[in-house]
Amino acid sequence: MDIHLVRKLKSSPRRATQFWTALLSLFLALAGWQLLIQFTDLPAFILPSPADVGTRFARALTDGSLLRHTSVTLGEVLLGLLTGSTLATVLGYLLAKSRLFEQLLAPYLVASQAVPVVAIAPLLVIWFGPGIFSKVLICALIVFFPVLVNTIVGVRAVPNALRDLMRSLRATRWQTLRYLEIPAALPVFLGGLRIGAALSVIGAVVGEFVGADRGLGFLINVGRGQYDTALVFVAIFALVALALVLYGVVAWLENYLLKWQAWRSQ
Amino acid sequence: MQKTPILSVQQMDMIFPDDNGGLHAVENISFEVCPQEFVCVVGPSGCGKSTLLRVLAGLLTPTQGKINFAGGTPRIGMVFQDSNLMPWRSVLKNITLPLELDGLDSAQAALKAQDLIDLVGLQSFEENLPRDLSGGMAHRVALARSLVHDPDILLLDEPFASLDALTRDRMGTELLRIWQARQKTVIMVTHSISEALFLADRVIVLTQRPGSLKLDMDVKLPRPRAEEMRYTSQFGEMAKKLKDAIE
Ligand SMILES: Nc1ncnc2c1ncn2[C@@H]1O[C@H](COP(=O)(O)OP(=O)(O)O)[C@@H](O)[C@H]1O
Ligand SMILES: [Mg+2]
Repeated sequence: MDIHLVRKLKSSPRRATQFWTALLSLFLALAGWQLLIQFTDLPAFILPSPADVGTRFARALTDGSLLRHTSVTLGEVLLGLLTGSTLATVLGYLLAKSRLFEQLLAPYLVASQAVPVVAIAPLLVIWFGPGIFSKVLICALIVFFPVLVNTIVGVRAVPNALRDLMRSLRATRWQTLRYLEIPAALPVFLGGLRIGAALSVIGAVVGEFVGADRGLGFLINVGRGQYDTALVFVAIFALVALALVLYGVVAWLENYLLKWQAWRSQ
Repeated sequence: MQKTPILSVQQMDMIFPDDNGGLHAVENISFEVCPQEFVCVVGPSGCGKSTLLRVLAGLLTPTQGKINFAGGTPRIGMVFQDSNLMPWRSVLKNITLPLELDGLDSAQAALKAQDLIDLVGLQSFEENLPRDLSGGMAHRVALARSLVHDPDILLLDEPFASLDALTRDRMGTELLRIWQARQKTVIMVTHSISEALFLADRVIVLTQRPGSLKLDMDVKLPRPRAEEMRYTSQFGEMAKKLKDAIE
């Protein structure tokens, strides 16, 4: 118990330093940006100043448009992530457990990966309309593969010795899944989910670029069309924030669920 | 006094399929084990000792022959060569695993496990993770886990092979103590002749692969056995006999 306490005490000042370093680096970046504007005299529609972006951000926030578009994109990202990763997990588990199943499906799965989702996004929007469904579909497709692969790798990597243990205890299939396969495959699986979460954001923006009347991708298109470059910046920053939050949630989940991994408490 | 055997193995053969006619791992083995007997299996490495144990545990189906347990499918407690703990479960949770598989709720399971934690001397380590344990401690957890669900038979596959000599001897003494307290039937594979003699009522020697029965020797040493016994002439003679049988 003492050991854990010491670890905590040690890590908190380090965290604080990390925070201040990050803040400092942000401040330096903003200062550099401002200096660039000062010395190059670029027009605002090419490169708006930090202050321009700040005021545009405040306006988009107060008229509610930023929140509205962000929540649309977030909804697409989450729905796509949920459906894509759920399907991938179930299918991945079956593929990991059955060679026959794998041999039947693997060629199609590999072939499907040769088709860039970005290229078929217009097709999906034509088929399924410019609404939320086509975006969710694009997100799900883009999320599917990394989660599938990591599920397969994770389940295959479950130690045989532990499988023997479960069999010697006459564990049922369901018990083996619950007590062994899920916890053992979790680290690799969550790694896949982390990649999937980042890709899902990309999927949603691609879908919105192709055809949409709302969402952050749409907002970028609008800003570009109106030479409102500050708005483009605002939308980009919102996207970055979204991706970071998602990444943070998965990272938190990893830290919480995988506390048992030795290197995590170091 | 002749007891009825708890386990009888009859003309068991194990052949692993491969490209050239199959790999014959175990050939025509027959023996019986009585309740509460402590049997050690020794033999050159690769002779099929683990295979034999895995067949007994129900992890492999023998190619030929019969395995009979008195009273149907037995409850198995197994200890593997490395401690084979689940790294995501605490010491307590590793020990309660067999009970949870039996459908006991965590509170009941924890209560039952406490006895074994005391028995193997792991008090105050209940909440630690396997990564915090030394090799000897991890093996004690594995031993507790193999006993917690009150198995009919305990199968040990070179359980202490990865430990240093001192820890190993101590674990052996501890195993004896637990065996006496719990009155279990034990079948243990080891490659150490002195370990086999020190622990067992009976030592079975297998030949080179395909492993078949070379010698089935009773160890008529008094119990409880103390460390000093390893240095008696009787012990030395039996060790010599076993050594000759293995070579
Ligand atoms: N699952 C398996 N498939 C094929 N061959 C195996 C398998 N398990 C063991 N063998 C082979 O059977 C022989 C006996 O192995 P094992 O029982 O592990 O020996 P021991 O435990 O006595 O060292 C070895 O030659 C080994 O390679
Ligand atoms: Mg072996």
